[in-house]
Amino acid sequence: MYAYDELDRTLINERVSEFRDQVKRRLSGELTEDEFKILRLQNGVYLQLHAYMFRVAIPYGTLSSKQLRRFAHVARRYDRGYGHFTTRQNIQFNWIKLAELPDALADLAEVGIHAMQTSGNNMRNVTSDQWAGVAPGEIEDPRIWSELIRQHTTLHPEFSFLPRKFKIAITAAEHDRAAIKIHDIGLRLHKNADGETGFEVLVGGGLGRTPFIAKTIKPFVPGRDILSYIEAILRVYNQYGRRDNIYKARIKILVHELGIEKFAKEVDEEWKAMGDVGLTLDHTAIEEVRSRFSYPAYEKLPHMPDELKQAAHDPLFERWRKNSVSAHKVQGYSIVTLSLKPVGGPPGDASAEQMDAVADLADKYSFGEIRVGHEQNLALPHVAKRDLPALFKALDRLGLATPNVNLVTDIIACPGLDYCSLANARSIPIAQELTRRFANHDTADLIGRLHINISGCINACGHHHVGHIGILGVEKNGEEFYQITIGGRADENAQLGTLIGPAVPYAEVADVIEDIVEAYLALRDRPEELFVDTVKRLGVEPIRERVYATR
Amino acid sequence: MPLVKQGRLTTDLFVHVADGAELPGDGAVLVTAERFLADPEALLRRTGKVGVIWPNNRNLDDLVPHLDRVASVALVFPTFRDGRAYSQARLLRERYGYDGELRATGQILRDQFVFMTRAGFDAFEVKKDADADAFAATMKRYSVFYQPTGDGRVTALNRRMQLRHSESAGQ
Repeated sequence: MYAYDELDRTLINERVSEFRDQVKRRLSGELTEDEFKILRLQNGVYLQLHAYMFRVAIPYGTLSSKQLRRFAHVARRYDRGYGHFTTRQNIQFNWIKLAELPDALADLAEVGIHAMQTSGNNMRNVTSDQWAGVAPGEIEDPRIWSELIRQHTTLHPEFSFLPRKFKIAITAAEHDRAAIKIHDIGLRLHKNADGETGFEVLVGGGLGRTPFIAKTIKPFVPGRDILSYIEAILRVYNQYGRRDNIYKARIKILVHELGIEKFAKEVDEEWKAMGDVGLTLDHTAIEEVRSRFSYPAYEKLPHMPDELKQAAHDPLFERWRKNSVSAHKVQGYSIVTLSLKPVGGPPGDASAEQMDAVADLADKYSFGEIRVGHEQNLALPHVAKRDLPALFKALDRLGLATPNVNLVTDIIACPGLDYCSLANARSIPIAQELTRRFANHDTADLIGRLHINISGCINACGHHHVGHIGILGVEKNGEEFYQITIGGRADENAQLGTLIGPAVPYAEVADVIEDIVEAYLALRDRPEELFVDTVKRLGVEPIRERVYATR
Repeated sequence: MPLVKQGRLTTDLFVHVADGAELPGDGAVLVTAERFLADPEALLRRTGKVGVIWPNNRNLDDLVPHLDRVASVALVFPTFRDGRAYSQARLLRERYGYDGELRATGQILRDQFVFMTRAGFDAFEVKKDADADAFAATMKRYSVFYQPTGDGRVTALNRRMQLRHSESAGQ
């Protein structure tokens, strides 16, 4: 955990008071709605279909139990008793009153939580691997760098009014859980031949109506230079990114229009011209931030404790363990994923009661720490293996032990037409119906790893392009239709999915998905061949034939 | 329109002169980049200061050779959503060493004062009187800054390291 010091605390309190003034000026009419819109967006406040929506940052997905309890408090006190975890390590509250927003923000600031730059055309919340610092085989904890970048990008005096939003994600593991290739800047921590730590820098990824997978702009930027290099990218983008058309304003379009070589050259020239502007991170600076991270005092524990051996006789426990428990870098400990995808529920939602209870469990079993992943699930990052059986029982009672992590019902979905003013179609009810269709956990196990991503419109908040199966809601003659793609993925081998056939009406979506899964089961080489690998091996055609033959 | 300069409401000594309009015999003028570049020498020969209004989509290269002779550079925010002039401002101050008046024009609200000051602006054509009146108070709003810029404010990281240094020196 990163511990805020007096300076961090002062800054977020100053931001709260500024926002309070902005809301006051809006309520008094001193600010027009047009003026206020930009200001509220800088602080995560959207106007949705029914009310203001408030998006709060969970930088690089790390939360303390105290912070999670405060989310529960905000949900209860200012909202309708629940919150929604998003695909970018944020939490959203859907029913907040404008006049109460400054108070909600002040309550959050007390525990070091803010909503700065969770929307608007600025540098958004920096995201990272939800297993950062605990995943085996990591180069080093990417959150040190995430925090350095979080600070550098917060209230940046030059880049707070960019052509469009700008998202940075960081990973330090071989397997990319942070989806860095679909970010404006993706950073992959690695060591060069001399053993020096630095970053592969990728640029120009993003989904939306013109999706692109990010391209490598520089294979190695030493850690000490990462801020100045990011600054150079941003300066080129701020000056040359398009501002005439909101749909062409992301950096991915600039990179695409210039070509990666030309863009890289522009950035390099700017980087060289910058010279020393105080952005070089020397060893002391990095250690200063590193020293503010605290790590648990792990015990020396056996790899296979008796509690675990005994619990292995319980098939329900075993199913959950195999699905939700992952290897930890420290012997005797595990990372536990908490599914926020119950059968029939909206993906990513958690009630105030659940948040409070998870905070208690984190205190009891995970050194008070919780993680949030882009798949819209939570994780307890430091659970002693001997505690797994007790934790399972507690989670099961809370409805947080659905054994479907990474399986067909672990669906990513945007809020869709039920909440969002941009949506063309509903997302949540599609997800809910699919979780009912695949409610049988044996079937889901048999299918294996399969990510379904659903977006209610072309803006792609549900990351449909990179779902193994992607579902995109569109509007056709006033009716909800859905385009279905297959073969997408968001990891280190990121790829955009391919359209499988004509769009289908709302009522048929679940049938088509079932048919796609049936086709895969029939076509796969062996049970271990994952859905995406079958699609990669065979292409879309054989699956299309089977699914659309009778349609 | 109220002008805030060096933190205070001030009378604007510069007259905006439209392209094609006749130049006053003396007194300070602000002219467009086109007009300035068409004949900089003639303009600079006048008695009276000359400032240039530089559009936010024009490269600074043509302006740089004249920086030591212009009294003001006015950068433009067509809407306050358009942040290109922040980069221009920092380049003028930090890369090209410009130390004359750097003026923010266009849609200027109090909510940008801190950003603009940090980027190097020291004069502001503020849209609303209430915002101009609130300048001093607004500038006091923030006391912690994460990024180094040419304004010289000490960053949070440097303050921490200084603190650490003085703590360890005291031991």
